[in-house]
Amino acid sequence: MTLMKSLMGAAATLALSAGAALAEPALIFDLGGKFDKSFNEAAFGGAQRWAEETGGTFREIELQAEAQREQALRRFAEAGANPVVTMGFAMADPLSSVAADYPDTKFVAIDVTWLDAPNIRQIGFAEHEGSYLVGMMAAMASKSDTVGFIGGMDIPLIRHFGCGYAQGVKAVNPDATVIANMTGTTPAAWNDPVKGSELTKSQISQGADVIYAAAGGTGVGVLQTAADENILSIGVDSNQNHLHPGKVLTSMLKRVDVAVYEAMKAGEDLETGVFAMGLAEEGVGYALDDNNAALVNDEMKAAVDAARQKIIDGEIEVVSYYADNSCPALKF
Amino acid sequence: MDFLTLIQVLDSTVRLATPLLLACLAGLFSERAGIFDIGLEGKMLMAAFFSAAIAASTGNVWLGLLAGVGSSLMLAALHGVASITFRGNQLISGVAINFLAAGLTVLIAQDWFKQGGRTPSLLSGGRFEGLEWPFAIGPQDAEATGQPVSQLMKAANPVQQVYSELISGHSVLVYLAFLAVPATWWILYRTRFGLRLRAVGENPAAVDTAGVSVVGLRFAAVAICGLLCGIAGAYLATALQAGFVKDMTAGRGFIALAALIFAKWRPWQAMGACLLFGLLQAVALRFQNIELGPIVVPVQVMDALPYILTVVILAGFVGKAIPPRAGGEPYVKER
Repeated sequence: MTLMKSLMGAAATLALSAGAALAEPALIFDLGGKFDKSFNEAAFGGAQRWAEETGGTFREIELQAEAQREQALRRFAEAGANPVVTMGFAMADPLSSVAADYPDTKFVAIDVTWLDAPNIRQIGFAEHEGSYLVGMMAAMASKSDTVGFIGGMDIPLIRHFGCGYAQGVKAVNPDATVIANMTGTTPAAWNDPVKGSELTKSQISQGADVIYAAAGGTGVGVLQTAADENILSIGVDSNQNHLHPGKVLTSMLKRVDVAVYEAMKAGEDLETGVFAMGLAEEGVGYALDDNNAALVNDEMKAAVDAARQKIIDGEIEVVSYYADNSCPALKF
Repeated sequence: MDFLTLIQVLDSTVRLATPLLLACLAGLFSERAGIFDIGLEGKMLMAAFFSAAIAASTGNVWLGLLAGVGSSLMLAALHGVASITFRGNQLISGVAINFLAAGLTVLIAQDWFKQGGRTPSLLSGGRFEGLEWPFAIGPQDAEATGQPVSQLMKAANPVQQVYSELISGHSVLVYLAFLAVPATWWILYRTRFGLRLRAVGENPAAVDTAGVSVVGLRFAAVAICGLLCGIAGAYLATALQAGFVKDMTAGRGFIALAALIFAKWRPWQAMGACLLFGLLQAVALRFQNIELGPIVVPVQVMDALPYILTVVILAGFVGKAIPPRAGGEPYVKER
């Protein structure tokens, strides 16, 4: 019995120290799932790039339920993973309680900027600036002067997207109509393409001919229906132009992949604090490739690039939804 | 709200009510024969996955439909064996089927397509596309005149609007679902098989005394249930959508059960209930928050209404919902 005990003790110590010595990074995907062709997939892309370049490995988990958030965080921290990269605003609460228990572990929180902990690298993206640019493009591409926005779960972050988009649309065409819909109020709204499709059809029947989807997996349904009905759509987070070549006007890029890649590259020496990734840092932008080259004319490109520069220089100020939880250009 | 908007909401209603209607009729056959079926959701999900998977790998949507129906029939057979042959608890068997389907679909999809539990997007040919009826306004007219369909629709007269928007342009499965309603009514109330099926749900001992196989009838009912759930799942994945994503049924099997209770286990009323629930969803999608004078009705209320209505019915405020008498009880020849 004592022999057994000491053997097991030794094994446990070995396992623990092995975990600590490896210190491989970990990545926790949000409920949308690793292959949402959007937000989480961008993170996966960044992690893959890190793994290919360094030959390292990383641990990962796709959350299936709210209750797993804290569990997954603690498991990775216990196993010695460092840094632990988390995706999405909903990790803020579990992070704030877990991070303090593991002061030697570095955490990365994407889309969280308001926590007060010394060992969290918090990265916020200026989604409103990127959305502003694609909003301009939408207004220029629209023939009916009506454009649409379909959000996933109704949270301030998604309103932030929609608000920037509407400001971009109005900057080009003050008379344009922006129709905005949210898919739902529960996390299921990130994964309901059927509802996304119906919302798209509803917006099309109201005259929209360019629709911007900021809805995770639901957006797949939006882009599909837009392509079926022969109107333009705008993808989000990852470059989604390739999903329906010639039918996706552009994608609002949110370089989650860069953020994840850099965090993993820095490893344990990760700098913590709050970081903003806007147009100037190339954290957000719009996608241009072979699939949408025919849709984006020179005039459009020139206008958007000029606006981009003006935003960086501070000549154009894109109002953030977070500033006072309301939007000057769009009523939700 | 103008006339065209109303028509568009009704059009959306038809699309959203179709999977509910098919699943509701499936439940009707099963429950009228005395086999409660909580597993509608699971069967639909399984069918949605296999129809999308086969349609994606063969490029033929009809093979997809066949595979979807086949997989749903397999689960129905499982339910039948558990609850008829082995006289197990029907509710537990149904719940097990739901869990099985939710897990298996994602697992197989991940192993097969390596896309995180989804199937690749289906291209045309791998999907049921809308049938444009003759003289209806469709994409061809839009190309011919150079105007978008929504503009043409606005300019058309009301009859043409109803015809083009509401009647034409659905996939073949939608028409099939609505034809299934009179068919169900006819089978249940005008055929010998239907009479026996209803009898076996009320008083199986009497049916047995008459020399008709209770087990055979119940298996037939469960098989019809599997068939209809299979079509419902295939409709979700290959007609409404272009591919499978995890948990894509999103509770529709349970709403169908609610509709079945709401309709008090009768086919025409089932259609009414499904259309009503579909309408609620369509209205919730079209008008997010509804302003009724000073009160704003939030969109969540609309989403919850099907369940609230069912509870109201069950509580006996609007008549009584009495399930088939022998429902939920395995038949034992001699006690």
